[in-house]
Amino acid sequence: MAEGFILEAKGITKYFPGIKALDGIQFNLKRGEIHALMGENGAGKSTFVKIISGVNLPEAGEIFLNGERVILSNPIASREKGIAVIYQNLTSFPDMTVTENIFIGHEIIHKTTKRMLWSKMNARSKELLLLLGSNIDPKSNMGSLSVAEQQMVEIAKALSQDAKIILMDEPTAALTKKESEELYKISLMLKDKGASIIYISHRVEDIYKIADRVTVFRDGKYIGTWNIGDLPQENLIKAMIGREITQLFPKKRVEIGGELLRVENLTKTGTFGDISFTVRKGEILGITGLVGAKRSDVAQALFGMIKIDSGRIFLEGKEVKITSSGRAMDLGIGYLPEDKQKQGLILLWSIVRNITLPTLKKYSIKGWLRENAENLTAGKLAGKLNVKAESVFATVDSLSGGNQQKVVVAKLLSADLKLIILDEPTKGIDVGAKAAIHEIMSSLVEQGFGIIMISSEMPEVLGMSDRVVVMRDGRITAVFNRNEATQEKILEAAMIKTAVQVH
Amino acid sequence: MKSDAKVLPAGKINWSNLVKFRELGLAIFIILLCVVINIRNDKFLTWVNISDMFLDTSILSFMALGMMLVIVTRGIDLSVASILALSGMITGFIVIAFPHIHPAFTATIGLLLGIFFGSITGMIISKGGVPPIIATLGMMSVYRGITFIISGGRWVNAYQMPDSFRNMTRNTLFGINNMIVIAIIIYIIFYYFINHTRTGRWIFATGSSPEAARVSGIKIDRILLLVYMIMGGLSGLGGVLWVSRYASAQNDTAAGFELTVISACVLGGVNIAGGSGTVLGVLLGSILIGIINNALPMIRVSPFWKLAIQGLVIIIAVLVNVFIQRDIRRRNTLLRKI
Amino acid sequence: MAGGIISSKKSFNLIRFFLQWEWMLVILIIAVIVVNSIISGNYASINGLMDATMVFLDKSFIVLTMVFIIIMGDIDISVASNIALSSVVMSVTHSAGVNMIASMLIGLLVGAGCGFINGILVSRFKELSAIIVTLATMSIYRGIAYVILGDQVVSDFPDWFSYFGWGYVGNTIIPFMLAAFIFFAIIFALILHKTSFGRRVFAIGNSQESSRFSGIPVERIKLIVFTLTGLMCAVSAIFLTSRLGSSRPNIAQGYELEIIAVVVLGGVSINGGKGRMLGAVLALFVIGLARYAMGLKNIPGQVMIVAIGLLLIFSVMLPNLLKKIKISKIY
Repeated sequence: MAEGFILEAKGITKYFPGIKALDGIQFNLKRGEIHALMGENGAGKSTFVKIISGVNLPEAGEIFLNGERVILSNPIASREKGIAVIYQNLTSFPDMTVTENIFIGHEIIHKTTKRMLWSKMNARSKELLLLLGSNIDPKSNMGSLSVAEQQMVEIAKALSQDAKIILMDEPTAALTKKESEELYKISLMLKDKGASIIYISHRVEDIYKIADRVTVFRDGKYIGTWNIGDLPQENLIKAMIGREITQLFPKKRVEIGGELLRVENLTKTGTFGDISFTVRKGEILGITGLVGAKRSDVAQALFGMIKIDSGRIFLEGKEVKITSSGRAMDLGIGYLPEDKQKQGLILLWSIVRNITLPTLKKYSIKGWLRENAENLTAGKLAGKLNVKAESVFATVDSLSGGNQQKVVVAKLLSADLKLIILDEPTKGIDVGAKAAIHEIMSSLVEQGFGIIMISSEMPEVLGMSDRVVVMRDGRITAVFNRNEATQEKILEAAMIKTAVQVH
Repeated sequence: MKSDAKVLPAGKINWSNLVKFRELGLAIFIILLCVVINIRNDKFLTWVNISDMFLDTSILSFMALGMMLVIVTRGIDLSVASILALSGMITGFIVIAFPHIHPAFTATIGLLLGIFFGSITGMIISKGGVPPIIATLGMMSVYRGITFIISGGRWVNAYQMPDSFRNMTRNTLFGINNMIVIAIIIYIIFYYFINHTRTGRWIFATGSSPEAARVSGIKIDRILLLVYMIMGGLSGLGGVLWVSRYASAQNDTAAGFELTVISACVLGGVNIAGGSGTVLGVLLGSILIGIINNALPMIRVSPFWKLAIQGLVIIIAVLVNVFIQRDIRRRNTLLRKI
Repeated sequence: MAGGIISSKKSFNLIRFFLQWEWMLVILIIAVIVVNSIISGNYASINGLMDATMVFLDKSFIVLTMVFIIIMGDIDISVASNIALSSVVMSVTHSAGVNMIASMLIGLLVGAGCGFINGILVSRFKELSAIIVTLATMSIYRGIAYVILGDQVVSDFPDWFSYFGWGYVGNTIIPFMLAAFIFFAIIFALILHKTSFGRRVFAIGNSQESSRFSGIPVERIKLIVFTLTGLMCAVSAIFLTSRLGSSRPNIAQGYELEIIAVVVLGGVSINGGKGRMLGAVLALFVIGLARYAMGLKNIPGQVMIVAIGLLLIFSVMLPNLLKKIKISKIY
């Protein structure tokens, strides 16, 4: 392999309003290698991808391609330099055919008449897809394909552009195990053909299977780069987290009370099936699994936002029908959504108005709002959770991720709840805020709340849960007690095992 | 609960099949409708009436193509009737002032006027960031008002128009009326444009996913400006033909016609949410509307029903689309292995 | 850890107070009055102004609810057709011998019913935008009015019916219409800005998703707002019919443009989530008085419509263009 890096980034710094997403990071990519980029949520990986793909410009730093300094000012410039990105949230055209999706922006046209040469494009698409081991018909509609198939098309798209550098952003997140295996094979094949790959993934197993080197980012900073062979797994995890696992989870021993929630055979055709579990007072039930396991769908069904096709729900022994989010909250069930900015908050509103939104009834007499009562309650809750802001009237979009999450938690606390469902509560927030959220969770269960915690972060799941439910493809594959749960068992259940009926 | 439903092999769910069903279904429905109407009034399926219908529908049919592009980009254009009227009025005055102008020249003027007006709307939407509904609601009144102002409240009447102009829509080319010839030419151009040029595909891409389009390097601003210019141009051309055919240019020419154009698109399967639509569908939709408009007086339905029926057509067509989409989605999830 | 909320008291900034858009509208109102009293002489008397309001206040009632609709993130272009249908049904019912008061109630029911249908379609079928729904119902409602009345006119109303459009409160110079409007305006302003219902409307306009996750019954609120709008259309119909002394299917043609223009000029963002009732009310007077003045000078209605269309477009375009030139938020 030739000396010199095909891609090198030095001193990259990127600001977004209120956050320093990247702080002087560095990265290099050798020709023909698969280089993994790892880090927790919020470590800066996606921001880095956006900069390399030309979507954002960094405030500081330099990028070199084959030793030459380049400025990647927009996606087209990036693509012309041979950089292709396979995104996590697929950017595709659902109403257009596979061929069109592959060739958009670089269509094959007749030299003089400039008309589209469909037969050539269709043939080439077929060729590329076959190369990837897929028999997708290039004339079929993109929208009719599964997520895995759409991703295949995205890879074909990268190939069609003769990409030399391919960035894969969480490519196996929505894939089944078999599909992931296919992806590994393809990645290795691409490498054999001379492409260099930056592989971003949460899945430690992925990395150890196919990567040559791994780089870790943490909190926007560059931590280090190692050869995969030289780095045992615990060290990798330590580099990602930055401290011993045990320090993060202030979970106290709590009296576990009687049954709070019982779910029997919840099913929604095509989404999840035969979901049964119980949550007791004072208990934290962790629900984990890979992305695509449909955990959030189950939670949203409990919160009345998704209609179930069959199954029963019992709250404190009594059967209930949860038809809307309002009804769920009246029954005492609260939900902290996964996307705090798009689902949990109204960014342009003040802290007060966000906190009081679900419980306006409490500050109003016959509908008439009493703003003093609002401001007082909100102030108390925000203070209790240590939200760092100038005043309760500051708008939420000026807060850091961690503080924003605290506001969403405050929202929940303003209501009279018994069961709280938290969907990825510490995703994308800094370590200090993470610990704060965990403290809040602990104190909640001390007070007798029941908590369902959906999480993809293994240390959090192992550290905070009293029991762990593992889901895969919409079904429960395992349930573990706190003392019998291990990372290996959980991963096995999340990736390999087939469904088991459990209570 | 079937727990191990197999996922179909790749590409087996072919939406294009359902789309073909829609167009086939429309065609069959049209034929059946004609038969039923003819039973009520046997003068319906006469050669004279059929050719009248085609003439009446020709303007609608090519304007609906323009509206399709607008709707495909997730927009809407309520100002088409006003642009039609304004272009028609201006051309009417030109024709009176210069009676010896060749009709082809007048038609081109109408087309260019329409493109100009459409470009104003397009700039307001793409550069001004005004939502299409608001921009075209406003311009609809502006253009209509300008029509009134420049006409001074008067009309341009048949006797003021030179024969050459009025005959433009009466003359034939190879035995087919000029209007239909124009419509056919436009359809051929559109078909090619939409299916075989990059810009045509980019229009559909923009509507299918604006974010993906931007990332792919498509200049959305220019695409939006283009579709409103095309729509305007077709409206302008329609205006000249309208004034020639009905031999008068009035202030309220084609009032409410924008709804007719939109309903032709919706009936023809153009997705109101953007991203999809076919030339064949729009043609069938226009024909269907043309039949309805022609048949209503024939089966002695009072003309006062026209407006209500137009609205009902839109709402029913749009709801049917919704149900079809929901069904497709349900089928897709049923097949996923869970 | 240090930090936390420092204050719970809202600060009052004098400069920001006076930079609000509503002051601009007040200035515009004064300007319109001054300019036209110079041109027309008689214009600026209190009497004259009061009477002037009767000309444009008929559509004012709908402005109040259109504010709700636009803040909520939707739009309703069927309002003018709703007025026509409510008026026609009311008149025809009365012509058929029904008591006038009962006929008015029936008219209100029809208006609310039309609004209810809009609401059901918009809330039950999330795939449909309010644009396409109200575009269709715009035709259907006026279409039904045409089916009922064709090209005829109804003008036999009891004498007292003209009180709505022409009468004064007691012995004062305050027109009944103005008093009624102020009454409704205060109620709707309070609902919008001071109740939990109003807060929820703002929430939905800002982010439907977040509102749903906060337990807000989005569908129910949309249904209520559209139904209320329909009701106010019928109220408008009563005043308009009383003012005209007659009813026919083509009344209130083009009202939707002006109503939306008023709301947008009043500072309500067309994208939803922001706006003040006071602004819309002031904008109503700006446009209404300007129109009245132009009417005095015999400027044809068509010209005024052009002006309003342009005004609507510029009101929406201006903030966008300013943002592009990077001037910070002023209003």
